[in-house]
Amino acid sequence: METTSTLEKTLRLLALTLVVIFFMFPIFWIFLMSFQTNETILRIPPQVIFEPTLSNYTALITGKLTSAAGTLDIAFMKNLGNSVFLSVTSVALALVLGVPAAYAFARHKFKGSEDIAFTLLSFRFAPPLLVLLPLTQYFQWLGLANTYIGLIWVYQLICLPLILWIVRGYFEDISADVEYAYRIAGHSWFATFRRIALPLAGPGIAAAGLLAFIFAWNNFVFALVLASADKQPVTVGALAFVTSSGIQYGQIAAAIVLSVTPTLALALYAQRYLVEGLSLGAVKG
Amino acid sequence: MSGAGLQIKGVDKFYGPVDHGVHAVKQLSMEIAKGEIVALLGSSGCGKTSTLRMIAGFEAVSRGQISLAGREVHTFAPVKRNVAMAFEGYSLYPPLTVRENIAFALKASKLPQSLVDEKVAYIAKLLEIEDILGRYPSSISGGQQQRASLGRALIRDADLHLLDEPMGQLEPQLRAILRGRIKHYIKEKGLTAILVTHDQTEANALADRIAVMEGGVLQQFDTPQMIKERPANLFTGTFVGEPPMNVFDATVTVSGDTMVFGLNEGVRLEYAVSDFSPAVLAELRNRKKVSLGIRPYAVRREDGGVPARVSVSQWLGDQTHIAADFAGGTMVLVEHDRVRLGLGDMIALKLDPHNLHVFDGESGVAVSHGPELA
Ligand SMILES: Nc1ncnc2c1ncn2[C@@H]1O[C@H](COP(=O)(O)OP(=O)(O)O)[C@@H](O)[C@H]1O
Ligand SMILES: [Mg+2]
Repeated sequence: METTSTLEKTLRLLALTLVVIFFMFPIFWIFLMSFQTNETILRIPPQVIFEPTLSNYTALITGKLTSAAGTLDIAFMKNLGNSVFLSVTSVALALVLGVPAAYAFARHKFKGSEDIAFTLLSFRFAPPLLVLLPLTQYFQWLGLANTYIGLIWVYQLICLPLILWIVRGYFEDISADVEYAYRIAGHSWFATFRRIALPLAGPGIAAAGLLAFIFAWNNFVFALVLASADKQPVTVGALAFVTSSGIQYGQIAAAIVLSVTPTLALALYAQRYLVEGLSLGAVKG
Repeated sequence: MSGAGLQIKGVDKFYGPVDHGVHAVKQLSMEIAKGEIVALLGSSGCGKTSTLRMIAGFEAVSRGQISLAGREVHTFAPVKRNVAMAFEGYSLYPPLTVRENIAFALKASKLPQSLVDEKVAYIAKLLEIEDILGRYPSSISGGQQQRASLGRALIRDADLHLLDEPMGQLEPQLRAILRGRIKHYIKEKGLTAILVTHDQTEANALADRIAVMEGGVLQQFDTPQMIKERPANLFTGTFVGEPPMNVFDATVTVSGDTMVFGLNEGVRLEYAVSDFSPAVLAELRNRKKVSLGIRPYAVRREDGGVPARVSVSQWLGDQTHIAADFAGGTMVLVEHDRVRLGLGDMIALKLDPHNLHVFDGESGVAVSHGPELA
């Protein structure tokens, strides 16, 4: 009995380790690459032992890329700033629009409400490029091409359906009677939404917001098509490292590490909220 | 009376499309006076909660009107109706303590804090939840949550208090104690209350009048005594009363001075025509089939009665319950003394005419109670 369970534990640990190595290896390798020069990276066979250098990071932060062909200006920090700005404002807007909408969909079932909610979700099904091509035309025409407003608007295609659907589920999990009990005690519909529904769905809203942030942060194609260099986020900005004189693997790796860190930190943080949010069902009844 | 209390007129409730959805409440009409306690009694799913939720404003009425304190409220938002409610599922607000949950019911009334504290303390003492006032809903038992929820409703000064199965989770002793206290509290403050329950003891103990519901239809709305003595139909007759009323199918024949109820297996119950009023006789004469009901307490054992064979005899400590094979069915009788009877013993039963309830054989509507018309 005791031995089989130890054996089982060992096997499980082994399997878990394999899975973790399989998924984490590329990230680990990129992490190592970010501390190497192009020469050491491209050496064959690859070497695990090398002299680490911070040159990739300094190049990114100072914005001066020195290569064999001379120095090149790169806007990585600007791109990082764009990523933060675009993701934060897009998620904020999506929360302002999506949370009340999610509440409405959760609490007021009317003819066709399910259809409308599904239509909103279906924005996620369309291949982004298909949406983008006609959109570039319209954006030129409306003067929204290459503007932050235009980008934030398009980012709603990513954020809004996500927030709407996740938050709606959390609202549906709150017993309507808890709200009724508050309303019947002489509080308005809006006060009930603000003081009962919102706090109770808080962990869920936070989780949805963080997920939407990660999706927005990782988006590539919208900004690639709709924005020029000064408005582009890191995902697109990393393309600058593909230069005429070669690909700057070290800097790309460093750029990836820098741009993944915020989302990774958020994801770890969101994990707690997700668990907390999921246990919200205990409020029912 | 009219205007001050609650009036429900021709209310229908459909879940889903009107006339096609689930018909939960059917043509409900009733008037409740200010200061009255009414129990809504019925089995699970008969429409009690739906009725309360329409009065509170959480469900729209499909048809009909509801007036409260002289105002037609059925189109009002819940906040405007001035109604307090204790929910079947408690519905306490999880991030607040029991004390805060009870107190927030008073927030809208803008009372000074000292008065709120005083009221909360009073209610907590009444419901025996003083020791859990500082706890959160998730950390207390179902019975405690239920009392907290009840306290949140009772503390308010509303035009109407709706209590949906407010004591279902409590242990019997506590329930019995609280019944008395709650009734006293409601009466003392002159509150008007509707209490939903499926427990007839609770309904009898608390209510001035009982509304018996079944299948979304109000069966009878009367005092506990009248419901027991003069049930309006076979449903109320058998639903209210413990143990339930004995019912047997019978035919009626009147010849000369005797009236005979013919039961199954050739059992004949003979009575003098003079035992019934002429109106009852006229009614019964026209009916071929009736249902004959008699309460277990009213069945007597007496020599010369109809023979029956004992199948169960049980001394419960304060009364004996006897079940006997009778007219193809079972007759249950209750006696206050300890009776020693064995399985298969023969007894003789006497059914006095003034204890008989006669119901129409088809519709179940009461025809007569004892010698009088229903
Ligand atoms: N929200 C709802 N949607 C559809 N049917 C419902 C809903 N609420 C109650 N019902 C139905 O209406 C009937 C009456 O329910 P309810 O009023 O809760 O009965 P009770 O409180 O007497 O147990 C039941 O058949 C129930 O299934
Ligand atoms: Mg109910």
